[in-house]
Amino acid sequence: MTDPRTVVVVGASVAGVRTAQSLRTEGFGGRIVLVGDEPDLPYDKPPLSKQFLTGCWSVERIALLTAEAAAAAEIELRLGVAAQRLDVADRQVVLIDGSTIDYDAAVLATGAAARPAPWSPTSGVHVLRSMADARALRDDLEVDRPVVIIGGGFIGAEVAATAHALGREVTVVDPLSAPIGRVVGREVGELFVDLHTRHGVTTKFGVGVESVEGEAGDLTVQLTDGSQLAAGTVVVGIGAVPNDGWLAGSGLLVDDGVVCDEHCRAVDAADVYAVGDVLRWFHPGHGEHVRVEHWTNAVESAAVVAHNIAHPEELRSHCPVEYVWSDQYDWKIQIVGRPVGATRHTLVGDLTSAHPRGAAVYADDSGDLRGAVAVNWPKALLVCRRAVGAGASFDDVVAQLDRLSAAGAAPA
Amino acid sequence: MPRLLADVKACQGYGNCITGAPDAYDIDDDGKVVLLTEEISDADRPRVEEAARSCPANALSIED
Repeated sequence: MTDPRTVVVVGASVAGVRTAQSLRTEGFGGRIVLVGDEPDLPYDKPPLSKQFLTGCWSVERIALLTAEAAAAAEIELRLGVAAQRLDVADRQVVLIDGSTIDYDAAVLATGAAARPAPWSPTSGVHVLRSMADARALRDDLEVDRPVVIIGGGFIGAEVAATAHALGREVTVVDPLSAPIGRVVGREVGELFVDLHTRHGVTTKFGVGVESVEGEAGDLTVQLTDGSQLAAGTVVVGIGAVPNDGWLAGSGLLVDDGVVCDEHCRAVDAADVYAVGDVLRWFHPGHGEHVRVEHWTNAVESAAVVAHNIAHPEELRSHCPVEYVWSDQYDWKIQIVGRPVGATRHTLVGDLTSAHPRGAAVYADDSGDLRGAVAVNWPKALLVCRRAVGAGASFDDVVAQLDRLSAAGAAPA
Repeated sequence: MPRLLADVKACQGYGNCITGAPDAYDIDDDGKVVLLTEEISDADRPRVEEAARSCPANALSIED
């Protein structure tokens, strides 16, 4: 059955693409227009800091939606043209080329941008968010000069591992003494610091950056402890900011993301939805508004919004368990829940042997499970992910992992 | 009936498929996807298709 409605999805990264595809899966028979500011066909971002950056994977390998797949699903692509503003009263998306698209439902999927580097020498300083960023960085990484990475979070650590694999001499700088500790707690965060040093990457943690000067191939990074680092290339990974500036005059409530209800509908505009990194929604499980920059949250919120547009008579809430992964050196890292709010943790397995495999499980004072971090042990992560979703107890999960480990899942 | 396909080599053990369709997918001790059924009903298809699409490694598909 055809539907007279038009859905306009603004943003063609994973949240936007999956929303468009899921609308069809949910049986939506109306018109779907997918707007994207980049000229390239939609692509997936996680490989940009890993397989795409090394050159192992091609553009085709990281495609999210081919032209053929879009045509088959009757998804109209408007690529290479950014949205300029949203007219909520007239239900129109206005594009920067002056054209407009009328909508019955709008889905805001404009994502987040890399927080810009506060230092701007003429060249040689990179951020990494888009395919164009990755291509430019790859070109500079081909030059055999030291690489300095500012920011020891996930992007910084992944680029460090990749640059090291490409044969570069790498130093990672961060003002925190254990940067990933922001996510996994200080003690487990220290293991992430060891991971760098064990692979021959230098860390300067607990030290800030004063300035970056020079040009590509000949940069000087001045640190707050008075020391200097010479670099051919500098990569800045200091977080992301939601792409919500274009909505400033829309009348929508925007506060570090588009503020939405539990159904991912913008407050005060029931025909406007948000998905992915730009979504700040009321999480019924946490009882507060949150914004989450994880790939899985993009896909899960897309499915919820597609369902809610296709079936407005049975609205779903978006109540996910947080889940994120990262690949660094020989560690496949998977994190579920909210470990950082925990007061204690137990480690099952071994993360420092030649074949690391283990999981840290986190609890709060009441013994409730808060989350888990698994390394090279997807089965353990799965157990923990189910347990966090089901509200299981910490002791119960540790016992399950002990059994899993003893049953031979962990290496001898 | 729609048939489930899995590319075990591509699977990275992310486990998203199991959150969406625990009746169709699981992973083994090596972290590789296991199909719990070969075919699904048309009624289950939207839900299982969403689960397949949630695979970050593009390892899952459904064939008519």
